[in-house]
Amino acid sequence: MNRFLYFVKKESLHILRDTRTILVVIGIPIVLTLLFGFAISTDVNNVNVAVCAPHKTVSIIETVESLQHNTLFTFKGYIPQNEIDATLRSGKAGAVLVFDEDYDRILAGTAGSGEKAVQIVLDGSNPTVSASAGVYLSAILNSIWGDSSQMDMIENHILYNPQMKSSYNFVPGILGLIFILVCAMMTSVSIVREKEMGTMEVLLVSPVKPIWIIIAKMIPYFVLSCINLASILLLAKFALGVPMTGSMAAIILISVIYIILALGFGLLVSTIAKKQVVALLISGMVLMLPIMMFSGMLFPTENLPVILRPFTYIVPARWYIDAIRKLMIEGLAFKGVLLEIGILTAMTISILRVALAKFNDRLE
Amino acid sequence: MISVRNLTKQFGDFKAVDNISFDVAKGEIFGFLGANGAGKTTAIRILCGLSKATSGSGTIAGCDIMSQSEEIKKNIGYMCQKFSLYEDLTVLENMELYGGIYGLTAKEIAARSEAMLKELDFGEHRNDLVGSIPTGWRQKLAFTVANLHRPKVIFLDEPTGGVDPLTRRQFWAMIRRTASEGTTVFVTTHYMDEAEHCDRVSVMVDGKIMALDTPSALIEKYGASSMDEVFRSIARNAVRNE
Amino acid sequence: MGVLRSLIIKEIRQFRRNPFMPKLVVMFPIAIVLVMPWITTMDVKDVSVGIVDYDGSDVSHKIISRIDASEYLELNSIYQDYPSALEDMEDGRVDAILEIPDGFGRSILSKPEKLSVWSNGVNSLKGSLGSQYLMQTVMQCLKDIRSSKGLQIPEGLIETTNLYNPTMDYKHFMIPALMIMLLVMIGGFLPALNLVSEKELGTIEQINVTPVNRFVFTLSKLIPFWIICFIDLGLCMTLALLVYGLPVAGSVWAIFLAAALFIIVMSSVGVMIANLSDTMQQTMFIMLFVVLSFILISGLMTPVESMPEWAQKVTWFLPPTYIIKIFRIVYLKGASVAELWTDYAALAGFAVLFCILAAMTYKKRG
Repeated sequence: MNRFLYFVKKESLHILRDTRTILVVIGIPIVLTLLFGFAISTDVNNVNVAVCAPHKTVSIIETVESLQHNTLFTFKGYIPQNEIDATLRSGKAGAVLVFDEDYDRILAGTAGSGEKAVQIVLDGSNPTVSASAGVYLSAILNSIWGDSSQMDMIENHILYNPQMKSSYNFVPGILGLIFILVCAMMTSVSIVREKEMGTMEVLLVSPVKPIWIIIAKMIPYFVLSCINLASILLLAKFALGVPMTGSMAAIILISVIYIILALGFGLLVSTIAKKQVVALLISGMVLMLPIMMFSGMLFPTENLPVILRPFTYIVPARWYIDAIRKLMIEGLAFKGVLLEIGILTAMTISILRVALAKFNDRLE
Repeated sequence: MISVRNLTKQFGDFKAVDNISFDVAKGEIFGFLGANGAGKTTAIRILCGLSKATSGSGTIAGCDIMSQSEEIKKNIGYMCQKFSLYEDLTVLENMELYGGIYGLTAKEIAARSEAMLKELDFGEHRNDLVGSIPTGWRQKLAFTVANLHRPKVIFLDEPTGGVDPLTRRQFWAMIRRTASEGTTVFVTTHYMDEAEHCDRVSVMVDGKIMALDTPSALIEKYGASSMDEVFRSIARNAVRNE
Repeated sequence: MGVLRSLIIKEIRQFRRNPFMPKLVVMFPIAIVLVMPWITTMDVKDVSVGIVDYDGSDVSHKIISRIDASEYLELNSIYQDYPSALEDMEDGRVDAILEIPDGFGRSILSKPEKLSVWSNGVNSLKGSLGSQYLMQTVMQCLKDIRSSKGLQIPEGLIETTNLYNPTMDYKHFMIPALMIMLLVMIGGFLPALNLVSEKELGTIEQINVTPVNRFVFTLSKLIPFWIICFIDLGLCMTLALLVYGLPVAGSVWAIFLAAALFIIVMSSVGVMIANLSDTMQQTMFIMLFVVLSFILISGLMTPVESMPEWAQKVTWFLPPTYIIKIFRIVYLKGASVAELWTDYAALAGFAVLFCILAAMTYKKRG
């Protein structure tokens, strides 16, 4: 046991001496959480709107004014008819409101029927932004025109995330990503590095059992991951205000299972790869990319084409992120995530078994 | 060929190389001895232009070591302590690479590498990956590659580390042949029996050169029976000895 | 130049012998074009709707069949009561719930009871847009019912036109931007890793004692990757045309010019980080950190306009912002280099800046 502690110490020293990597590893989750929390958002919160009006009548000016009060839109000024295309093309505005020459008469109902009062020209290159802009612009115009009677008929409620903050969604995703990064990527690279340098041989001939050497390697990364878990949870709670009404014990339990799983992946990759670059690329391509893509961190999984959907079931991060989302945002109790815990435990056990079997194979 | 005066390399308070001076003549085999940590590698790195001296002066093949390191590099060959040919290139490909780097034409490269492979009796392995050939051969190959562009001076840093006695003898035969063709050989080693192959040796202790003469003169001076004994009596007072 | 040639031949030989790299540079563009666009979609489609029908009248049946027929909405099921619908929402089976109160059908012509919509805010984009779609659909339906019963309803006064992406396909929006990932990976990551691996293996020592200039040496590492980058970019563009029918609306050369400038930026960043690191682990993590934050904040995945003012200002200082903008605008809207000259100038400025920074980090002699 004493020898084992020496190994743990050696590994910890390796990591602690490399201040730059430490800073990055501790910094990444914090920066990501803050970025997602305060800077970027997948929602459409703002659309730049330009207005084209041949005659600036009082009613048009009033309409534009009330548009300016709406937080969803930023008014970018009046433009002449011949600049509509250039304005949208260069991305200066995402939508142009084109008022008809006969705007006042059409509204008053004195123009011929079938005339449109306003044309909304949208930059359709981003379909989500243009769809939202179209829907909201029409709704606003309708309410300005006093056609609000129908809107009143429906009461709209938003459950679970009433401020509609997308940052809530990212927190579980960041957790899922970071643990793979720290545990799988860093451990696999550090094991392969020792193989490459030949120092692994030296360790393996020592009287300590090979498996303990590997475990010793993993302990510092496990500790780093726990620090990351704590920092993300604290940030989520106090900086982002994520409710976290669910079971904290369950969050920690399932995170630990997932961290062990990620360590298992790291070991597995290290038995396959002979070169550090290969270890990096395998963990990057096979582990990180699917997490970013399939786990619903950035892109909702329900948008996936049907053929790819079954694929998400074998990505452990998906189960982990689902569970964390339920616990953190929806506030479910422990029993609400039993399925996820079960699946992750099963995955962890099988990954560890395969990794250990491969590891022992290599030794013989 | 090599002339060094008062060369010092300081890392903070630590003087890795402390005020050394020596001269090496053309075609001479100069042994640069010292225990691990005595400063041999630091000195050799300065001479090769990999590291800059803190103070002192010197010339190699007529070029100043402080200001003309790029000029020096054209005239020297270097064999690193750690094997550093590309393991994922074949024997011939490594030769083509280094030949090309020193500006040899394709024809020259082809002719020289053929000749050298023949001399090494290694022709049939020319298309083997360097990573797959045994250590003894690798060292001989690394020496050959370092010598490919016919440098005026060739630096060998612990060339025979981890090599069996037979290969070591062959290796020294190669060194002597190269020196007899007029190339200056600057070699570090800590095998004292090898030191007796050198024309002159210097013994470095704690960054300083404590002795410099022909091996036989040193043996006589210290009343010893071999270079090994000479070395032990000089290095006895070493402070830095890892 | 003979030296550079020898070094490049060496790189190509090592590359070909690597068990992984050749496969990577072939698979990567294919994955980028064939798989990624399907995943990186933010389309709000198939909003799953649950209906709690306490009314059970003619009117509520009309609403239900209208929702069923809607393009964006997908009728999941009809519930007896609100709690059972809520349970399904908790499990993620339902995105929005519409509750039709008892007596709604009878009251529609007079003063109607209120309908309720609940949407799941966990996926906030889907929640907000989905509930808007649902409300619009229901309102249109009510309007039709009322006008058919003789009530006077004004005509629709708004006409909406979408330019540039006629099929409204989100994939078309993402494909040009995803190609940038390729430039980052092959132009930035791989040369940096390659450089630092020579450092770690010690082979760089042997090169350092030769008269080879460090610039030439670095260039020999970059040039093969630049060539691969351009080939892969061409491959991506061809695949995008063949598979998705997505041509470059502007000039292909405008794309390649921007790509060339950006590759110089990424390569310099990679070389700089490799120069400053000793191990591959360090290089990888710093690179990953830099690139991940760059890309996330520059609008590759999320709309820049939706970010707070300060964050939008930050994007001005990040090179990916400009290339993402150029790629999308040239690709989808067909703008010319002249129209986007400020963005090209910014990229060129970054290229020069990072080249200088990369050159400054060289250490010739320790």
